[in-house]
Amino acid sequence: MLSYWERSSTARVIPPARPRKLAKVPFVELADGRLQGVVSSGSDIGRVYVSSVAAGSYAFACSTNNNRPCGGARGSFCNHIGALINESVLQYGADRVVRYLKAEVPEGEVDGAVLASAMRSTRPEADTTKAAASVFSRFLRHLTYLEHAPATMPLPEMQFFPPTRAVA
Amino acid sequence: MRADLLAGPFDGLDEALEAVDAFDRALVAGLLRPQPAGAGPARLADAVVGTPLAARVAEAAAKAAAGAAGEEHFLALAGARTALLGSVHDALLARVEEAAGRSHGTESAPPAAPGAAENVLTAARAWLSDLARCGWQGLDHEVVSGAAEVVTAMLPDPSLRRLATLLDGFAAELAASCPGASAERFPVRRWADLWSRGMLLTVPGAAGAPVTGTADGRLLPLGIDVQEHATAAQAQVHAVFEPADGSASRLVRASVSVPKPDTVVGAGIWQLLRPHMSLLAAAGEGRSMDLTGMPVTAEGDLVWSDEHARTGEPAEAFATARVALPTAVAHVTAPLDRHPARLAVPVFLEGYTASTDDDGVLTFTVAGLELLVDTDRVPAAGPLTPEAVGTSGACIALVRWDAGAFHVQPLAVETTVRRKVTAVHAGAWAGGTTDKAGVRAEKAATDAAKVLSERAGRLLRK
Repeated sequence: MLSYWERSSTARVIPPARPRKLAKVPFVELADGRLQGVVSSGSDIGRVYVSSVAAGSYAFACSTNNNRPCGGARGSFCNHIGALINESVLQYGADRVVRYLKAEVPEGEVDGAVLASAMRSTRPEADTTKAAASVFSRFLRHLTYLEHAPATMPLPEMQFFPPTRAVA
Repeated sequence: MRADLLAGPFDGLDEALEAVDAFDRALVAGLLRPQPAGAGPARLADAVVGTPLAARVAEAAAKAAAGAAGEEHFLALAGARTALLGSVHDALLARVEEAAGRSHGTESAPPAAPGAAENVLTAARAWLSDLARCGWQGLDHEVVSGAAEVVTAMLPDPSLRRLATLLDGFAAELAASCPGASAERFPVRRWADLWSRGMLLTVPGAAGAPVTGTADGRLLPLGIDVQEHATAAQAQVHAVFEPADGSASRLVRASVSVPKPDTVVGAGIWQLLRPHMSLLAAAGEGRSMDLTGMPVTAEGDLVWSDEHARTGEPAEAFATARVALPTAVAHVTAPLDRHPARLAVPVFLEGYTASTDDDGVLTFTVAGLELLVDTDRVPAAGPLTPEAVGTSGACIALVRWDAGAFHVQPLAVETTVRRKVTAVHAGAWAGGTTDKAGVRAEKAATDAAKVLSERAGRLLRK
């Protein structure tokens, strides 16, 4: 016999993102086996950093969208990666991020700083897979979702996607 | 409402769902390899013997049993599953309408007209077929990521929005569950629902819902239902429509939907939808609207455009629910849309006992029947809370059915605040709000949207 959740047509599978301020880190996602995203430069409004941490190995990378390496990310996590981890915890909740990254964190309350330091303490290596271009293009694809006009033809399929008050 | 009628039993329901479950279990392991005798596809074929689908589905089941099913066979199996759940839908709907004392029109919805074949539809079907072969247990990022290109190609075309939105939400769930080999469990019926629905929508023309007439008269909103996944949202206003020609009033819906970035949530969704449908503000403020020549489908969906509507007199939703709703006539459901998850029948409830169990699950006892109250569907960006529902004395709700039971989704309640009966609406913030918490949520959403459009303006190639 299947459980209620397994028999439900409207089972909630992914909790919705929690609201957060986007100015510093406009884009965060758990995808392609990494925590990855885009961090706005503090000094140059036209520049963004593409940052990532790999699940399991915590291999990290940070570079500009023009592929210049971030000076702060030699040897360990830079401030951009720190900001990315903080905002991911705000958006998805610590549990989900910890689970996705397969991080080992001390018992008790976990915030971005605790998670970052837990991963940093394993002395992760720099990620050499050069994922920045694909992360940046995923960010651009994400932004294109702003550009589609609303429609008033009904979408009956959305009946399968009820909202939930539960947060990540 | 004669809630006792909702208790069941329903002839043939268990048998239909058993065949569906058997097929759904086959999708867990995938259809790439030969199936054991009497496995899911064969059960589906048995269930549609004696229907016009019988021969095609039997052939598809035989191919699937041999591990040699192709896209046409998957489509036939999806069709059989959809037909079975369509019959479940019909039985459930008949019972709800009987319980609510509602009649529906005799006009039937026109069958979908054949449409032009499009490459994106072919690509979507190929992706869904890959999914069926690998099964949920065989999911990996490579197979799931195949959806992105299809969705990107479809989203800009409003006529492909139904399939695009479905696949986008489905693929996000699949991606979050990768790799399938290490998942403990799967939303078995849900994913089979989404898969079958996607399959059918790849048939050219299947997603068309033709406009069959126009509506002139007065529209009295009952409440707003919100649906959303990470990258899309839809608001549906349920309303009673009183035709200007004096004919019987009808139950109608008006919908507005939009793709969105996943970080636009809560009040941000209202902000995206609000400018495209003046009805949201009217419903939020408790006003009627006067319609002139508004396009409407055979399913009772108003295809909204503001030029055909004008804000009218105040119309309190509970007055509409008490006076106009009981005699309003419902529409029929389009053949392909018949699915239990589609049931959303507006009703007015009062004289119930609300009780909350230790797990926080709320039930209304209506005429002796315990009905689960789905407070989780009440949008967070609104003043209605589970607590307010739990202390309410009257409720405008949608009757729904899921996982074997009816439940109710509150759209609005009457509750006593400082010894005064007050109406609280789930969609009260749709048109904007002066509520303190609401204003804060609006401000946060405005800031988020501003950042994203600034980034888009600077970084997206124009």
